[in-house]
Amino acid sequence: MNTNIALLLVLAPFAGFLINVFFGKSVGKTVSGIIGTLSVAISFATSIYFFNALTAEPKGFNITLFDWIHVSNIKIDFGFLLDQLSVLWLLFVTGIGSLIHLYSISYMHDDENMHKFFAYLNLFVFFMITLVVGSNLLVLFIGWEGVGLCSYLLIGFWYKNQDYNDAAKKAFIMNRIGDLGLLIGIFILGHLFSTLDYATLKTAIAGATNIDLYWLSAAALCLFIGATGKSAQIPLYTWLPDAMAGPTPVSALIHAATMVTAGIFMITRLNFIFDLTPDVQSIIAVIGAITALVAATIGLVQNDIKKVLAYSTVSQLGLMFLALGLGAYEVAVFHVITHAFFKACLFLGSGSVIHALHGEQDMRKMGGLKKVMPITFITMLVSSLAISGVPVFSGFFSKDEILLTAFHHNIPLWVVASVASIMTAFYMFRLMFLTFFNAFRGTEEQKHHLHESPALITFPLIVLAILATIGGLISLPGNSWLNEYLTPILPKLASEEHHLGSTEYLLMAVAVVGGLVGIGLAYAKYNKQNTVPGDDASITGFAKVLYNKYYLDEIYNFIFVKSVNELSKFFRDQVETNLSAFVFGFGKVTNSISLQGKKVQNGSVGLYLFAFVLGLCAIISFLFLAQ
Amino acid sequence: MNNILNQIGIENYIFLSVILFCIGIFGVLYRRNAIIVFMSIEIMLNAVNLLFVAFSTYHQDAQGQVFVFFSMAVAAAEVAVGLAILVSIFKNSGSISIDTLKNLKG
Repeated sequence: MNTNIALLLVLAPFAGFLINVFFGKSVGKTVSGIIGTLSVAISFATSIYFFNALTAEPKGFNITLFDWIHVSNIKIDFGFLLDQLSVLWLLFVTGIGSLIHLYSISYMHDDENMHKFFAYLNLFVFFMITLVVGSNLLVLFIGWEGVGLCSYLLIGFWYKNQDYNDAAKKAFIMNRIGDLGLLIGIFILGHLFSTLDYATLKTAIAGATNIDLYWLSAAALCLFIGATGKSAQIPLYTWLPDAMAGPTPVSALIHAATMVTAGIFMITRLNFIFDLTPDVQSIIAVIGAITALVAATIGLVQNDIKKVLAYSTVSQLGLMFLALGLGAYEVAVFHVITHAFFKACLFLGSGSVIHALHGEQDMRKMGGLKKVMPITFITMLVSSLAISGVPVFSGFFSKDEILLTAFHHNIPLWVVASVASIMTAFYMFRLMFLTFFNAFRGTEEQKHHLHESPALITFPLIVLAILATIGGLISLPGNSWLNEYLTPILPKLASEEHHLGSTEYLLMAVAVVGGLVGIGLAYAKYNKQNTVPGDDASITGFAKVLYNKYYLDEIYNFIFVKSVNELSKFFRDQVETNLSAFVFGFGKVTNSISLQGKKVQNGSVGLYLFAFVLGLCAIISFLFLAQ
Repeated sequence: MNNILNQIGIENYIFLSVILFCIGIFGVLYRRNAIIVFMSIEIMLNAVNLLFVAFSTYHQDAQGQVFVFFSMAVAAAEVAVGLAILVSIFKNSGSISIDTLKNLKG
C-alpha cells in the first residue's frame, strides 16, 4: 500500500513530464499547463498523506523497490526513505511547486514552447522528489544530477539568446565541479562502511569503535564541496546570479525555494557524519558566513531586480550553512522553509512586475507601481518584511535563531551574520522603494500598458505571502513544533533546550533594530531623497567593485579559463605539432616507398607474366638448393 | 611390374613433361597473342598432368590419376571462362594483343 503511494508520489510528475513531452503540443497550452500542475498537485497530496501517516509511524517508512547493485560485500538497494526530514522537504517542494506551476500557466502563456516548459518543470520536480526520498546516497545522486540537468535546461529555456545559453552552461559546469566532490565523498563513505544506505550508515557509525576520522573528514569535506556547488556557496556560487536568465518561475522554484536547498538537505540528512568532524563543521560555518556577507554586499548595488533577489538567495543560503556548521541543523531547516516561502513569493512578485513591464528587469526604469499593482506590492512588501527579520513575520524567527546560535558559539560569526542581515534589510527595501514608490520612470508606452497581473499570478502570491507571514509559527522560540517533529532525525535536539534569558531578548532587539535601521536607510535614500542609481558608467569606487561582483567572474576567468587555455595552446602549438610530425613521418616514408613500388604495376601483361615465370624459377631453384 | 613403364622408362616421361612445360613457358613469354598465351598455359598444365599420370603408374597408386581428372575438369571450366573474357576484350578493344591491354595500371 505505502509502496504504491510512494511510487505515485515519485512517478506522478514523471508521468506529467512524459505527457507534456509527447502530447504537450497537440493538447494546447492551457491543457498542458493544467496537466503539469495536476501532476505536481498529486505529489503534494501524497506528501500530505505521508505526513499524516508519520504520526502513527514515527520511525518512518523504508521502502525497498529492488536490489540495485550487489557486488561482493556492497549491496545497494533502490529504495525510498520517507521519514520526518524527507516528508518535510516534500511538503514544501511539492506545495510551492504546485503554486509555481499554477503561476506559470499564466506567466508563460505567450511562449510558443509552453508545453516544453512544463515538461521540464515536471521533470525537475520528479528529480527533486527522487533526491529527497532516496534511501541511500546513490539514489540521492541520481536526483542531484537530474535537478542539475533540469536547471540547465530551464536556464537556457530561451535558447535563442546566446547569453542565456552561456549562463546555462556556466551553471551546469559549476555544478559539475561540486558534483564531482559529492561523488568522491560518496565513494569514500562506501569504501569506509561498505554501504551507502542512510540507516545502515548511521548504525555503522554509531557502532564503530575506531573510525578513521581522517578519511571521514575527507568524506565530509567532499560532500560539503558538493553542497557548495548545488547550494551556491563560495567558491562555486557565481552560477546562481547568472541563472536568472531563465524564466522567473524557474528562478522561484529551482533557484530560490527547492534545488539550492539540496545541499542543506544532504548535510542535515548526514548530520551524524558531520557531527563527528568538527573541523569540517567550522569550515562550513565560516564559508557560510563569508558567503552571506559577500553576497549581501554585492546585492546592495545591483540594479536588475532578479539579480538583487539572486544575491539575496545566496546570502540567505550562506546563513543556513552557518547554522549547519554550528551544528544547529533544525535551525537551518527552519530557515530553509521560511526562506522558501518568502523568496518564492519575492521572485514570483518580481515576475509579476516584469510581466507588467513586458520584460523590463532594470529597477532604474521602474517606480510608482504601488498604485497599479496593489496585490503584487502588498505580497512583496510582506515577504520583504519577512526576509528583513521584522517581528511577527516568519523570517524574524528563523533568522533570529541563526543569529542566536551564532552568538552562543562564535561572536565574530555573529557579527558577520548580523551585518549581512542589516544589508539584507537595506537592499530588499531599496528594491521595494525603487520598484513601487515615487513616479514611474519607464517609457510612456509601458506606462500605458501597466496593469495588475491576472488572478492565476496573484493567487500564488497571496498564498505564499500568507505562508511567509505565519510560517514562523512552526518553530516559536521556546516552544518549537519543528524541533519536536525532527527529533527522530536529530536526536541530540532533545537535550539542547534554548532558554530565553535576557541575553536572548537583547539579541533579538539588536537584530530587529538592525533590520529597521537597514529599512530606514533605504527609505531615506531611495524614497525620501528619491535617489535613482546612475548609469553603469557613473558607478565609481568601491561601489563599482561591488557592482561588478568583486570581479570574481573575471578572476575565475583569468585563473582557470585563461590558464587552461594557455596550457591547451602550448599543447596545440608545441606538443601536438611535434607529435603529429613524428607520426606523419611514418606515413610519409611508407608513402614514398609505395610510390616506387607502384611503378612496377604498369599494366603490361607481358611483364607480369615474366615476373610470374621468374618467381616460379626462383621457387623451384630454391627448393632444389635447399635440398 | 607388368606395365608400360617396362617398355618406356619413367625418365622419358619426365623429360617429355619438362620439355612440354618449357615450351609452354616460352610460349607465354614470347608470344603477344592472348589466345596463344592461353594455349601455352594449357600446354604447361598438360605437362604437369602427364607427370602426374606417369608417377601414378610408377607408384601403383590411383590417386594421381584421379587428381588429373579433377585438374582437366577445372582446366576445361577455366578455358570456357578465359575464352569468354578474351571474346569480350576483343569486342571492346578490337585487339587481343597483350601489349594493348594496359588498363590495369597501379
